[in-house]
Amino acid sequence: MEPLIEIKDVKKLYVMGLEELYALKGVSLDINNNEYVAIMGPSGSGKSTLMNIIGCLDTPSSGEYKLNGKNVNEMEDDELAEIRNKEIGFVFQTFNLLPRINALSNVELPLIYSGKKKDERIELAESALINVGLEDRMNHKPNELSGGQRQRVAIARALVNNPSLILADEPTGNLDTKTGEEIMILFEDLWSKGNTIIIVTHEEEIAQNAHRIIKIRDGLIADDYLSEKGKLIAEKTKQQTISV
Amino acid sequence: MPISEIIKLSLNTLRTNKLRAILTLLGIIIGVFSIIAIMTLLNALQAGIETGLSELGSNTYQVQKFPAIQMGGPGSNAKYRNRPNITYDQAVRLKNIATLYKYMSLEDYVYEKTFKSEFDKTNPNHYLGGVIPEYLECNNRAIETGRFISQTDVNYARNVAVIGMDVVEKLFPNMNPIGKQIILDNHPFEVIGIFEPKGEAFGQSNDNFALIPITAMHKIYGKNERTINIAIQAPSKEEFDASVENIISVLRVIRKVPPGEENNFEIYSNESLIGTVNSFTQYFKYGAGFISFISLLAAGIGIMNIMLVSVTERTKEIGIRKAIGAKSKSILSQFLIEAIILCQIGGLIGIFLGIVTGNLIGLFLQTPIIIPYDWVVIGLVVCSSVGIIFGVYPAYKAAKLNPIDALRYE
Repeated sequence: MEPLIEIKDVKKLYVMGLEELYALKGVSLDINNNEYVAIMGPSGSGKSTLMNIIGCLDTPSSGEYKLNGKNVNEMEDDELAEIRNKEIGFVFQTFNLLPRINALSNVELPLIYSGKKKDERIELAESALINVGLEDRMNHKPNELSGGQRQRVAIARALVNNPSLILADEPTGNLDTKTGEEIMILFEDLWSKGNTIIIVTHEEEIAQNAHRIIKIRDGLIADDYLSEKGKLIAEKTKQQTISV
Repeated sequence: MPISEIIKLSLNTLRTNKLRAILTLLGIIIGVFSIIAIMTLLNALQAGIETGLSELGSNTYQVQKFPAIQMGGPGSNAKYRNRPNITYDQAVRLKNIATLYKYMSLEDYVYEKTFKSEFDKTNPNHYLGGVIPEYLECNNRAIETGRFISQTDVNYARNVAVIGMDVVEKLFPNMNPIGKQIILDNHPFEVIGIFEPKGEAFGQSNDNFALIPITAMHKIYGKNERTINIAIQAPSKEEFDASVENIISVLRVIRKVPPGEENNFEIYSNESLIGTVNSFTQYFKYGAGFISFISLLAAGIGIMNIMLVSVTERTKEIGIRKAIGAKSKSILSQFLIEAIILCQIGGLIGIFLGIVTGNLIGLFLQTPIIIPYDWVVIGLVVCSSVGIIFGVYPAYKAAKLNPIDALRYE
């Protein structure tokens, strides 16, 4: 099966005045469907740049990036916007909900940009909110919700267009430990339902929730291994395959 | 993204920023308001003047010593004052010699007179006219009760008077004035008829006068020092110009105007008066239009300013929208339509207030109620253009924002 994400020798060059800086110095990476990956790295490691490229917010200076079989690295802005809309669900550290509209409208937003009809939008948005356990908070504005609830709204928004990939950037960074754990349980749940999840974090504990951990340092992949959980799951799968 | 969604979105944004939206609107409102109010008022005045003039009777024109509308400085009056009077004898000769007319009315007026009866007296704002029977046809007036001045009355210079409704109400309250005595400028007359009232125009009554035979007028005020107004009705619309030509040539001969010199009298018709009024108001319109255009320009700059602030303030929102899949086009149209809606709302409010205010002033001046549809359309088009012209740059700026930077913006 073709991997969901195929990154080949991706470099990203930033030019600041006379200074040239490679944020990514040649990263190659495959991520399959229904993987649960954590990307780790200290600040300045190129982790954010990699996330932006994976999230189609940015394009590589050189190298190749295929998402779901589509060559993304040469796309124009509007094509990228469409990919972001259809293929990627973003979850941000600061939630990034629109403050003046209620939860339902926030979740509806990606559907507006994908051109869905009103009735369908409401239906999909409602079921996405029910999915993250917010059936009784749909008409609340973000400032009437707790941090954990806001992040759930953001996750519902990420899910609503049924994307190939959920890309979470420090999703628990603004939450207390307990709420953070709840959110991580939600991600685990989403994974078990077949979603592909990439979490970008610098917290080891959070990364351990993922099944595969990729460490970035100085614009290169320093490490790429299965977490404890990932090993368990790999074991299980192996046993299942054998027993079959 | 469908346009209905964008409009809803823009309205939503404007609603959440009410104070700012209203302040921004104010500029547009004032600009549109001033243009519509002025145009409404001018159109109402024009319509009022036109209906007023049309009451002079169709196919009629006037011959006078002085022009009906004088433009120019105080000195320009001298040219007309130095003309010889149109005397009664000249007018009678004109009536006898000229051929191409249906009715010719000779009229002589004195103004600011007080009329009296045994019961009361009027304010000194009434006018007295010496006329001949053809007055009725040329001036589009009718008698309500009694009779009008006859040729016999004129021939014998009888002291009879036909009076307007204002005079009746003041001097003969609750009674039939026919046969009663009226003192016009200290001379006794017998009331023989009452005019059908015509009401007011521009705050002035059309019924505050009395008419007597022109010969009776001459007994009081003399004959040779006075200048006569001549009202003429052409035989038909087709022969109107020919009739005017005929009168001019005969009158030039009577008044001994040498060939090549300009007429030493004025001829004007309803149409030419309306034309003069229109060309006059036209200048006002251009001036008002220009000033309003400048104020709309200023308002447009205000809109641009507010939209630029709005784009900066909503950088994060734009980033979020882009991250979840908004294309540049969607962002562009969102901000552009917001600017246009802002202008349109301001325009509609301005138009509404302008029409109301213009007509209220018009009501005070007793002009007909008018909606200047052409200027309403022009106003809305200009508003949209202002919205587009001054909204495009901020909207473009928003659309071109890099999503990564926009998301990071705090």
